[in-house]
Amino acid sequence: MVKIKLKINGKRVECEKGDNILKAAENNGIIIPALCRHPDFKAKGNCRLCVVEIKGRNGLFSSCSTEAEEGMEIFTDTEPIRVSRAVNLRLLFGEHSQSCDECMRKFDCPLIYMEKDYPSKENFNERKNDRKVYKIANAIEFDLSRCVDCRNCFDACSALQKINFLELEGKNSGQKIVPTKNGNIHCILCGQCTLHCPVSSAREQQQWKDVESAINNPKKIVIAQIAPSVRVSIGEEFGIPHGELVLEQMVTALKKLNFDYVFDVSFGADITTMVESKELLERIEKGGKLPMITSCCPSWVLYCEFYHPELLPYLTTSRSPQIHLGGIVKTYWAKKMNVEPKDIVVVSIMPCTSKKYEASRKELMVNGLHPVDHVLTVRELAFMIKKNGMDLSKLEKTLPDSPAGETGSGVIYGESGGVMESALRAAAFVLNKEKEKEIDINFRKIRTLEGVKEAVVEVSGKKLRIAVVNGIGNIEPIIENLKDYDYIEVMACPGGCIAGGGQPIPTTQEIRKARVNALAGIYKKSKIRKAYENKPVADMLAWTDSEKLNDKLLFTHFHKRRSY
Amino acid sequence: MQEKIILKDAIEKIKSSNLKGKGGANFPTGQKWESVLDAKGDKKYVVCNGSEGEPGVKKDAYILENYPEQLIKGINLAMDSVHAKEGIIYLNQNYYKKFNSILRKIIKDLPISVFMKPVNAGYVGGVETVVLNVIENKRFEPRLRPPFPVSKGLYGFPTIVNNVETLYDAALVNEGKYSGDKFFTINGAKYNGVFPLHEDLTIMEILNLTENVPEKDFFVQVGGDASGQILNQNQLNQKVTSVGCITIHEISSHDPMKLMNYWMDFFQKESCGQCTPCREGTYRIKEILHSKNPDWKILISLLQNMKETSFCGLGSSVCIPFFSYFKNVVSVLPKNKINSIKNSSVLLKAISEASFNG
Repeated sequence: MVKIKLKINGKRVECEKGDNILKAAENNGIIIPALCRHPDFKAKGNCRLCVVEIKGRNGLFSSCSTEAEEGMEIFTDTEPIRVSRAVNLRLLFGEHSQSCDECMRKFDCPLIYMEKDYPSKENFNERKNDRKVYKIANAIEFDLSRCVDCRNCFDACSALQKINFLELEGKNSGQKIVPTKNGNIHCILCGQCTLHCPVSSAREQQQWKDVESAINNPKKIVIAQIAPSVRVSIGEEFGIPHGELVLEQMVTALKKLNFDYVFDVSFGADITTMVESKELLERIEKGGKLPMITSCCPSWVLYCEFYHPELLPYLTTSRSPQIHLGGIVKTYWAKKMNVEPKDIVVVSIMPCTSKKYEASRKELMVNGLHPVDHVLTVRELAFMIKKNGMDLSKLEKTLPDSPAGETGSGVIYGESGGVMESALRAAAFVLNKEKEKEIDINFRKIRTLEGVKEAVVEVSGKKLRIAVVNGIGNIEPIIENLKDYDYIEVMACPGGCIAGGGQPIPTTQEIRKARVNALAGIYKKSKIRKAYENKPVADMLAWTDSEKLNDKLLFTHFHKRRSY
Repeated sequence: MQEKIILKDAIEKIKSSNLKGKGGANFPTGQKWESVLDAKGDKKYVVCNGSEGEPGVKKDAYILENYPEQLIKGINLAMDSVHAKEGIIYLNQNYYKKFNSILRKIIKDLPISVFMKPVNAGYVGGVETVVLNVIENKRFEPRLRPPFPVSKGLYGFPTIVNNVETLYDAALVNEGKYSGDKFFTINGAKYNGVFPLHEDLTIMEILNLTENVPEKDFFVQVGGDASGQILNQNQLNQKVTSVGCITIHEISSHDPMKLMNYWMDFFQKESCGQCTPCREGTYRIKEILHSKNPDWKILISLLQNMKETSFCGLGSSVCIPFFSYFKNVVSVLPKNKINSIKNSSVLLKAISEASFNG
């Protein structure tokens, strides 16, 4: 790496050759306001807020798209810069419907934040107030009355995920980002657009109001179940360092929000692991469809159902962790607690927008009830906590409720490769159970942030060719070479669930890494390390078997589709 | 080896002739060609830009109509000089319809194609990097620079993008026939048309030579009816830089609001929408001009902001007609014309306070 020297605001600094000025400044603690720039994408230079002056050159330059050069003298906060930023900020406000009261970003809105530094007396009228809101299934919506034309959603959908569901229509001030009119292209609800939108124009369809009214209904028993990856990310919404574990503070917050019980989806993940590993072994032994492919990512399932129905027989028929746990809650737990299943409202706290849709699938219903009633993204829960005046960093710790004693292997479901690792460990155990000896298989090398990772893993003398894919944009080459594998894990979001579409904003490559490291840390410390050693899970599976509820609670099926 | 020396010779000739691009940016042509010659690339392209989207300008059409052979020579020379295997003549729809068949007859077997610019590519479709995007069937918007087209142009390969007149001139330079003549379009005059005259002539000399000096008081817009600069009667002792186009406005029949609305309607419609200052600025200025009591101070600050922070040349040039009109003409307008401007006292005050710097 070549270092170069330059001056920013009179201060001598160093940066890497090839860095743009914005990055060089940021790495030296100098913050330049920017809106359209996201490190996941190539610089676009659209918003023009990040302009700087360069000594010896006329005019202003967008720092996101101008490379830092040896010896450059850069100024980031001169009067002409301040004037132009204030004007461009006002112009952006004029595009953005300011019905802030119910906006989930009102506590950390970049526009409001920047306005404090660049105030102006007059404002332009809100010119987009009569623009449409497009709703996609029950998961995503595009509120065009708030869109500031930064095009990050477009980049997320096209460059990152290669779905191309969003189109840029029209030009000048009439331009709009709209869902495609091409009937062959379908949104898979991954929510990467919502994760990259700076102004809550592309966002999740919010269910927190439904949750509030369930809580306020005295007849209802409201249960929160927390997904594995959420516990290392929600803290970011409260200024807690990236990747710090805040599960127990979350439990306190949820109890203060009047949830009756708080369960850990890691428990459901252990059920999934046991069901899925059993299926893998059966397919290997009985010559079933191989490779087996994971199906706990609902966007990946939609991708198969819309674009690759020929892959559906390869997907594991195991339900996903939130559905497993929700189903168990409304049967096993309801019976144990002597409550009516219909009075139970299960609310999942998910890193995901697509889980909202998964929860609404009819084929997953148990005795006429959806296992999960509402799904909140991490952002929605953070919003509920904030608007009730709580700060997660200041809350005491509370352990989650039983029957879900936390397990370690369920926790790594949050990272890419985690599902497969859990299942392989369980499979390895089952194959060797007569030996009653722990098998030391280190799968960690397959868990990385790269888009595709392959390995050959020996499980009790059987060589399994495995692949782990994160980021749906990386999937096609794997599909073309399906026969090269025995077991494939797919997560639609780059980095897996820790960077899912429902996670805190911003999510960048650096933040993805911090969250992964934190999850791996929990895994190391955890006492019960393996799903197959989780006694309550084993008991529960024995119960579903004895009650002949396996098909109802543990398995699902998929079908080719042309709509949601 | 021999060939290379000869080709290098053509570039040297163009460099020493001091030929500059005639599309508006005045970039030295020889330097552009040399950069493409020196750039590494498996392929190289030459694009002849005949978009001619600036209102009022008709010189490219004049060359296409009268000197198509010379133009093809110029394109071929550029291709040879940088070892480009392919040339593309990029024409707006009208020009394509009019000149495609005659051009093809001259091109014969040369690896030069004629490309029709889609109508909706519009004004911005003439901007160098937009031209490349249009040909590549990408969105009609400018690209970030660097990389410049000379190193990464069409399909990522080093590319010369030159205006029709530039390539026509280059052929003349190479043959030693370049006289320094430039094609001036004249509008709003007694004798409208395109006139080949020496580039060193002043505006007043050109009007005199073409017998086009109006009897009544007037002002002119030079460089195009949208982005051109406004000059009053006493400022005509200067050359026409940029695109050679002179449009005469007689003050007695001049309507200030109508002229400003013409500019802004045009720019607002043609803005591609990519960057905030231009997309929103043109929208808001149009809104201000159509309002009952325009806030001229905000209008000026929006123009200044477009000039300083726009993504491309379209946005940064919107201020040119307005600022030069404010500076050079508003102060010399008769009282009845001033009064026809909405909220004129605010405008006069704003003009007196504005620095119009840069």
